[in-house]
Amino acid sequence: MPVLEDGLPCNHGAHEDLIRKLRKLLPPEAVLTDKEDLRPFECDGLSVYRRLPLVVALPETIAQVQDIMRLCHALQVPVVARGAGTGLSGGALPLSDGVLLSLAKFKRILHIDPENAIATLQPGVRNLAISEAAAAYGLYYAPDPSSQIACTIGGNVAENSGGVHCLKYGLTVHNILMLKVVTMDGELLTIGAETLDSPGYDLLALMAGSEGMLAVIVEVTVKLLAKPERAQVLLAAFDDVFKAGEAVGAIIAAGIIPAGLEMMDKVAIQAAEDYAHAGYPRDAEAILLCELDGTNAEVSEHIMEVREILHQSGATEVRTAVNEAERQLFWKGRKSAFPAVGRISPDYYCMDGTIPRRQLPHVLRQISLWSEEYGLPVANVFHAGDGNLHPLILFDANKDGELARTEEFGQRILQLCVEVGGSITGEHGVGMEKINQMCIQFKTAELSQFHAVKAAFDPAGLLNPGKAVPTLQRCAEFGAMHVHHGQLPHAELERF
Amino acid sequence: MLERDISEALQQQVHNAVVNGTPLKIEGGNTKAFLGREIHGEILDVSGHRGIVEHDPRELVLTARSGTPLKEIEAALAEAGQMLAFEPPHFGDNATLGGTIACGLSGPRRSFCGSARDFVLGCKLINGKGEILRFGGQVIKNVAGYDVSRLMVGAYGTLGVLLEISLKVLPRPAASHTLIQECTQAEAISKMSRLLSQPVPVDAACYHAGHCYLRLSGSEQAVKHAHEHLGGEVIEKSEPFWHALREHHLPFFGAAKPLYRIMIKPAMPPLEIAGEWLLDWGGAQRWLVSDEPIAFIRERVAKVGGHVTQFRGSEHNGEIFQPLATPLLVIHQRLKSSLDPHGIFNRGRIYANL
Ligand SMILES: Cc1cc2nc3c(=O)[nH]c(=O)nc-3n(C[C@H](O)[C@H](O)[C@H](O)COP(=O)(O)OP(=O)(O)OC[C@H]3O[C@@H](n4cnc5c(N)ncnc54)[C@H](O)[C@@H]3O)c2cc1C
Repeated sequence: MPVLEDGLPCNHGAHEDLIRKLRKLLPPEAVLTDKEDLRPFECDGLSVYRRLPLVVALPETIAQVQDIMRLCHALQVPVVARGAGTGLSGGALPLSDGVLLSLAKFKRILHIDPENAIATLQPGVRNLAISEAAAAYGLYYAPDPSSQIACTIGGNVAENSGGVHCLKYGLTVHNILMLKVVTMDGELLTIGAETLDSPGYDLLALMAGSEGMLAVIVEVTVKLLAKPERAQVLLAAFDDVFKAGEAVGAIIAAGIIPAGLEMMDKVAIQAAEDYAHAGYPRDAEAILLCELDGTNAEVSEHIMEVREILHQSGATEVRTAVNEAERQLFWKGRKSAFPAVGRISPDYYCMDGTIPRRQLPHVLRQISLWSEEYGLPVANVFHAGDGNLHPLILFDANKDGELARTEEFGQRILQLCVEVGGSITGEHGVGMEKINQMCIQFKTAELSQFHAVKAAFDPAGLLNPGKAVPTLQRCAEFGAMHVHHGQLPHAELERF
Repeated sequence: MLERDISEALQQQVHNAVVNGTPLKIEGGNTKAFLGREIHGEILDVSGHRGIVEHDPRELVLTARSGTPLKEIEAALAEAGQMLAFEPPHFGDNATLGGTIACGLSGPRRSFCGSARDFVLGCKLINGKGEILRFGGQVIKNVAGYDVSRLMVGAYGTLGVLLEISLKVLPRPAASHTLIQECTQAEAISKMSRLLSQPVPVDAACYHAGHCYLRLSGSEQAVKHAHEHLGGEVIEKSEPFWHALREHHLPFFGAAKPLYRIMIKPAMPPLEIAGEWLLDWGGAQRWLVSDEPIAFIRERVAKVGGHVTQFRGSEHNGEIFQPLATPLLVIHQRLKSSLDPHGIFNRGRIYANL
């Protein structure tokens, strides 16, 4: 394990000093330094990157977070915040000479205000727990990442997470009102307000998706929505992926905004069916799941229209979930697509590009050509309504060079997304994983602007350094590396 | 329709301003000059930079140059059965897309459907170094890099010159009905805030002159059923009312006294500040016409967690916008210098030292 120890010996004295001082700020069980205790924090959901932190701190009050930040600021020690560690881009990957600040103990729902339809939460509250608590008032929290049983609201804000319902209900940024954050120098700031607009610059938008680079989120106030009177899901099967793509455009052109509009290809359908027994047609080339919600009357009207459109677009079969249990089952298949694919392949690599929807046929065709070229199968899961692709590349990390080829394949997909007018990441963030692809999507002056924005919050550059925005030097080197395909990016990191 | 790309000329003027240390005053249609603090500077006229760059209705995205008149954009969208869902106020015939986004103003649909910033997907801008930069994009989801495009919304041009803006657009509702009911302000507040936890297709709710107005929008059936459920009289041809509310053409807004915009939690009972009240956004945005001193109004509103903008008829060099806590102001100043290091754009428009 060559990586873990790097930097340690030369700074040993300084590290002991840091740990001693942390122990003065926190109870003994809230400062972890034993290798065995550090192990669970060595990676997030993207486990191809692993590294042990120097120390894990588990504060439980805002004052403790402030103290830790002040200490680290004074000692010039980098800090990486962590929620549940379900991130898929290595955003919470620790630093071997830094503090891993876990918000896991901040689990309380502070206040639900049904009259104003808002909830105030500690950052470690799980996404699904919000809707569970709000249900008593007929309310729910709209963004629903597939990881919602585990991921935290703090992590959701940091990644600006979406879910299967974000075409209609927006991403995290659209559903938060106010944050309390602690900056690297220990200052506590209130960003946004309990009111709809707030004075000054829109720092709330800046914090959403900031990947733990600007400040540590210690409290979140979210908007809640009234549970729709009725939600109904349609399942349509197609004998051709492109027809399914056309159907998506046709539904939207008809002036209907479905609550969710998801597409899966054959590999994903079969994996999901074997795993979740959702009743998906195993022989279809593609399926669409289209959820309509709203009032009873509106849903009935839209279902008729959408059925018609799906048939006209060449669907071989259109089914409407007959009851809530079947609706949940249709979604279970989709929401468990990742673990399902995990069962049919030793490893899989999840991509997260977005494209203008009209580019779908072109992009899917290219992905399947590359799939053959690399000899690596791909399962496509697609937030079709908003153009967010999740190609899952199936590989075996134990086979020599297969991870490197997978990464190269993935990078070509992301580059293609940028070329057709899309983005390298729709919801999983840049983190460590897509840092090189940032050099493709942004020009030097734009990257410099990002660094300047970070410096406005964190002039010392100690919060989650090295993630999300590449240094210009890194891009120069990547440019060079890019010419010589086949090299392994992030050679400094341990891989399984 | 006039289409012109003058970004090079604008960039040149910014370069010159940097070299000569000239402050610039960015102007679109100059329809919102009344709003915010008075500023001085050489005029950077963006109104010639116009034209819709792209609008593919199926993608739900429109991209236009910042000087494009808002009404031109709305006409193009209407032709495709679409709309800007945040229903922006124009405040004048010449309102441009850039000015609308820079001020971040939203109309009656805002509390139910989202604000100007919610619909911004990306932008192209000139920063204070004279560099042309792009942030965000033309896709609905994009989390690469910090969200600089949404940061521009409501920055009143103090962070950069907007050149191009991409917005998410939505289909127009098939049907729309307005219900009116006589009631007191307090009754209207509880009526409107109850809607927040009910699955009803309301997209605007307002209290004005002893009446509560609810606009229902959606499919024909949805609107009909909701009407039966909620009760109240239907106003025929209600469009002029919502338009007059949005554009501040109701007589209420014409008063000789100062006009204040109060942001507050929607369920908050009526505030005891002497003056005339009009409530929009289901009670979350309250307009007050009053002779009370601003310090008194701010104190009262702050007590219940709200904040106040002096919208019209106030001193143009005072604290028009709610003052910020010092640590937050420090971040604002650092952000301003990170985007506009020489401090040339709209200096002092929002706050004296920004
Ligand atoms: C099976 C699976 C399905 C998924 N499906 C989706 C999906 O549908 N949509 C989607 O958007 N994502 C999805 N994800 C990705 C992931 O769940 C989200 O990004 C989630 O928001 C991460 O939350 P977390 O608490 O696990 O954060 P972590 O992984 O712990 O951290 C993520 C980032 O946020 C930062 N961070 C965490 N907490 C804080 C804080 N309090 N203050 C400041 N920074 C902080 C970290 O430094 C890191 O950069 C999925 C992941 C998995 C494993």
